[in-house]
Order: sequence, then C-alpha cells, then structure tokens
Amino acid sequence: MDKEDNKNAFAAVSDEPYKYGFVTDIESDVAPKGLNEDVIRFISKKKEEPEWLLDLRLKAYRKWIQMEEPTWAMVKYPKIDYQDIYYYAAPKLKKGPNSLDEVDPELLKTYDKLGVPIQERAALAGVAVDAVFDSVSVATTFREKLAKQGIIFCSISEAIKNYPDLVKENLGIVVPYTDNYFACLNTAVFSDGTFVYIPKGVKCPMELSTYFRINAQKSGQFERTLIIADDNAYVSYLEGCTAPQRDENQLHAAIVEIIVHDNAEVKYSTVQNWFPGDKEGKGGIYNFVTKRGLCKGYKSKLSWTQVETGSAVTWKYPSCVLKGDESVGEFYSVAITNNYQQADTGTKMIHLGKNTRSTIVSKGISAGKSQNTYRGLVKMAPNAENARNFSQCDSLLIGDKCGAHTLPVMVDSNPTACVEHEATTSKISDEQLFYCRQRGLSAEEAVSLIVNGFCKDVMQKLPMEFAIEATRLVAVTLEGSVG
Amino acid sequence: MSALLEVKNLCVNAEDKQILNGLSLSINPGEIHVIVGPNGAGKSTLSNVICGDPRYQVTSGSITFKGEDLLKQNVDERARNGIFLSFQSPVEIPGISMSTLMKYALNSHRKAKGLPELDAVSFSKLIRECAKKFEITNEMLKRPVNVGFSGGEKKRLESFQMAVLEPSFCILDEMDSGMDVDAVKIAANGVNLMRSPERSFLIISHNNDFLYEQIKPDVVHVLVSGNIVETSDASLLIDIKNNGFSRFLNKGMN
Repeated sequence: MDKEDNKNAFAAVSDEPYKYGFVTDIESDVAPKGLNEDVIRFISKKKEEPEWLLDLRLKAYRKWIQMEEPTWAMVKYPKIDYQDIYYYAAPKLKKGPNSLDEVDPELLKTYDKLGVPIQERAALAGVAVDAVFDSVSVATTFREKLAKQGIIFCSISEAIKNYPDLVKENLGIVVPYTDNYFACLNTAVFSDGTFVYIPKGVKCPMELSTYFRINAQKSGQFERTLIIADDNAYVSYLEGCTAPQRDENQLHAAIVEIIVHDNAEVKYSTVQNWFPGDKEGKGGIYNFVTKRGLCKGYKSKLSWTQVETGSAVTWKYPSCVLKGDESVGEFYSVAITNNYQQADTGTKMIHLGKNTRSTIVSKGISAGKSQNTYRGLVKMAPNAENARNFSQCDSLLIGDKCGAHTLPVMVDSNPTACVEHEATTSKISDEQLFYCRQRGLSAEEAVSLIVNGFCKDVMQKLPMEFAIEATRLVAVTLEGSVG
Repeated sequence: MSALLEVKNLCVNAEDKQILNGLSLSINPGEIHVIVGPNGAGKSTLSNVICGDPRYQVTSGSITFKGEDLLKQNVDERARNGIFLSFQSPVEIPGISMSTLMKYALNSHRKAKGLPELDAVSFSKLIRECAKKFEITNEMLKRPVNVGFSGGEKKRLESFQMAVLEPSFCILDEMDSGMDVDAVKIAANGVNLMRSPERSFLIISHNNDFLYEQIKPDVVHVLVSGNIVETSDASLLIDIKNNGFSRFLNKGMN
C-alpha cells in the first residue's frame, strides 16, 4: 500500500494543473494570419519604423523562406504551420500610457492574478517593470529615475524611434539574422521587446525586470531584447514569464542580444513558466529562443541564470562569446521537465580572448514522461591563451519513465587552455524518500526538499526576490511530489 | 493498562519470501523492550514493518498503535503519530542540511497536531538543546544529511533527531553498531534521558553487556526464524551472553 503512496507521489508530480491558465478579454489589433512580405510591411508600418529596419526585416524574411527548420535537437513536435499564425497582435490602446493610471484595468487584473501587482511590486521592491503584454509594452515604471543617470530602459519600439543610431549600430551584431532558422524568423517579424542601455561608469541602482505574457489566441510571440552595458557599467536584468492556458500550441521565438564593454558586467536572470501542456502532452508553448552575449571589452563579464519550468518544447542555449581579454562568462541553469515536456537546453562558451574564463553549472530534473537534454559547447580558439572552463552537469530523475541526456562538446584549439567537465546522474531513491517520510514529511514534501537541495547552487545565483519566486515555482511544478 | 503497540500474528513477506511468521508482541507505555536474536531472524524487518516500509508486504495479522489500526496509515502518518525509527544505516541525502530536514519534519509534526510553525528563534533554541545532549556540533547540523559522517556520528545524529521530534514510540535498530565505547555511552544516555512513563522503546542490539548495564530493559525477547521464541526480563541477556542462542534455535519455524 505504501509502495502505492510513493508511486502516487511521483504521479502527482503531473497532477498539479497549470495555475496561471486564464485568458484576458482585450480586443486585439491583429495582422492578417500567415506570413508574407505584406505582413512584414504591416508590422513595420504599425510600428512607424524607419526604412533600414523594414529592409532588415525583408532581407531576413527572404533568407528565412530558403532555410530549413533545424532537426538536430532532441525534441519532437508536430510540424509547425507558419501560415497558420498571427504575427502581430497588440492590445488596443488610445495612445501609449504615460502612467499606470492609463493602463487598461483588465491588464492590471491579469497581472494581479499572476501575483505581479505592478505598483506594489515597483514601490515595495524598487523594481522597474517594463511589462510586455502580448507584443506591445504597456507599462514602464521608474523610467525617470533611471533617466537621471542616463540609463535607457524602454520597449525596443520606442528605442528605435528615440535612439535610432544606438539601435541600428548594435541590433543584429551578436545574433545576425542569418544565425539560425528561428533567429531569422524573429528578425523578420519581431513585434516588441526591451531595450536597455547603461552608460559608461553607471551601476544600475535597481534590478530591471520584464514580465512577459502571451495572450491573444494563436499569436506567435517574437520578442527582441537588446542590452548594452558600456565601459565600467553594471546591470542586473530579470525576465519572468507565465502564459494563459489554451489547447493550441503557441510558437515563441525570441532573441536576446547583450553587448558588454570594458570592465562592464551584465547579469541576466530568467524564470520561465510558460504553459507546458496538459498531462497528456496536449498544448503548451514551443519555445525556440536565441540568447547570446558578446563580452566585447577587456575584463567584461556576462552571467546567465535560468530556471526553466515551463513550455512543451524548449530549445534554448544562452551563450557567451568571450572576445575581450580576461572576460568572464557564466551559465547557471535549472531545467525541470514533467509529463510530456521536452527541454533541449544548455550553453555555448566561445573563448576568443586571452585569459578568458567560463563556468557552467547545469541542473536538469526530469519527472513524468519528460525528456531533458543538456547540450553544451566549450570552444577554445587558437588565440585563447590560458583560457579556463569549468562545467558541471547534474541530472536528477524522478520516477522511471523520464529521460536525462548530457551532450557536452569541447573543442580545444589552444594548448595552454584548460577545460574541465564533471557530470552526475542520480535518482531520488526509495531509501531517501522512506527516510524523509519516516521523519514525518509527506512524500511531496520529501521530493520537494530533495529537489530544492539538488538545485540550490543555481538558485543562490538568482537575485533575492526572484529566488523566492523560483523556489515557489519549483514547488508548484512538482507539487504533489516534487515541491 | 492498554498497550501502546500491539502486534498480533503478524506475517510479513519481502520479495515473496516469508520473513515474519505469525509474530505477536505487546508493548505498554513507558516500557523498554529489547529484541535479540541471530542474524537473519527478522529483527530489522519487524522495525521497518512497524514504520510502514513499502518494501515489505503484510500478508496477515494486525498492528495496533494507540488503539488505531497502524496498517491503514502510510509512512509519514505513522511518523507524525509518534513512531520514530533510528536507522541501522541511515541513507545519505546530498544537498539538504540536517537542520533543514528537522525544520521541515518538526513543522509537519506540529501541523498534524494543529500547532503553528515554530518561529526561527524557538527552533534554533530547541535544536541547540538537543544537539548538546548528543555532542552534535553546529557544523554537523549544517552539513548534508548523513554525508561523510562516521558510523558513530550517524547514530548520534539519529538520536538527536529522536530528541527533536519527541516520539512516543522509538525503535532503535542496531543502536550500538559501528560505535565506539564512548559513543555507545552517549546513545545510552540519550535513551535514559528520554525515558518517561508515556514513551516506549523497542531496541535491537547485539551488545548484551551494554543493554544490561546501561539501559536495563523491562522486557527481553528472543527472535528466531521470524518468531519470538522466548520472552523474559533483563536477566535473559546475561543468560544469552553466557550460553548463546543455540538452545532457542530449534524453536523457530514450527
């Protein structure tokens, strides 16, 4: 009977319904379904974009129609019909709101349900929130305070209007439109996203945070983020997401580009909690994201931290190109998959400069019938004198129907460079569960405790406020067994 | 007086092999019972079955605890009802500190009793008091559960957990194995400190001298081939020490 309990506890991992599934009723201003040059012109016109950007979009589109969808990742999904997607949807607004009072109350309610009360959050935590609802930014706070220090934190549409040179000079430098299938698609159709510029010598006084929300039915989501930290600058950026529940799969193909100059540092943290599909594997978000940073300057530093719990399919490799001498790249990741979720995620550390250093800590947790893959590349270029990498990839299995895969690739073209790799795979044992339960913990609490212990090293890298949310998310994702 | 724990005609299988063979046992509140017997007699099986270890199947018989059918409760319900097992070889749990485990455990116990969670100050005070009794350092509490500890240290940590959770029924499986003389004394002291008119103990051990001198049990049982073949007072320990188990061996499976 107790064997059953343990089994049920494992099964219950899958029993937690998605808590953030609801659809907000806001009229969408949508482009016609499908993708062609007219749709791209529609998007560009809607956004009152300059000629050069329309040209870039069209160039990307013409390249994209010649490209083939990649199949090398360890994920399976039905063929995506790119003509059955709306490429532009924006909540209807009278004009861009100047303050929270002007924001559609329906929208604010949505954030309330998600536990993200903007005002409260902003006031209490001192966090500036550029809230993206569908594809257009509707609420940006603290901008004035940041502006006093010369920090630019706005939607990328606004940046294109107000700082065209800065955007033109940097957009597509780290992720060119030719980079990959999904990046190319994004360049053609991106609707909105975030732009951050930290000027020379400025330490951003608060965490910059964006909450994404996929809302309108069948609207693909193509975010574009560009972050630039000038010499000696510092910024910590938080990205968090939840999406409402629906039956049809939704495509998400974002690009995040980061450029870090001399002695500057960028910390980029993500908590991703998009709808993962139901217990039978129906629905859920397809997440094909290209995230890459260029450590351009001497002693520049870029740190990626991600907690991935959502999406039906995840295809994501936040990477660092370590070009500047003595630059540092870090990747800390927790990826949890459950039910029929598939995650193929990892990082690339490309060492180009001398004395560059990188650290990779990846924790994969698989439950239910899910598949969790770590895919990594550490490359030491011929000029990467004395470059160092340390990689640690740990997998934890819950139950016996899931899979964990570790695919690290190392390419070392410099004899003075050093690459270290450690990997472990473990399973929550019946003995461990029995021990914890004998002390009075329910099976769910026990699994939760063991999982949190397993990914503690990564959680500690998250900013405080985010860490609490992430721990709560781990609990919700694996609740009933893997809290 | 009604018994705290009442085992009746218990038959238990593990992987289709019968290990306990109609065993009966009755333990009153405040009593200390000792079970001795040759290796493989079923001593550890009995303690694990009382705790609800899912690896064993009860094929017939009953276990009543505090007047309730224990077999209807799952592992953690039994624990919260006051059953504690000091493991023979405690399993390692990387990533979780002993103090975190105890915080979660204690709060589940309190929740089951309808009590609020213990605040941080009271919790740390309680932990320190219990740690002191078993010479557990702060550093040991911060380390991952059972990882890298010596056999004796593990046993002391088991006793420490027992003191924190204040169970009404304590099972100590091979309580002195892997311990040196000093560690055995600490463990015995722990049992004596926790002894009360409401709390009962079931101790499994091979060390007759230690049991006789340091614990002075109320009842001693001899377990052979899945059944209790002799029950007496503490003097039985001395008898076995001098004469061995040979005279009980043919009393087993019959």
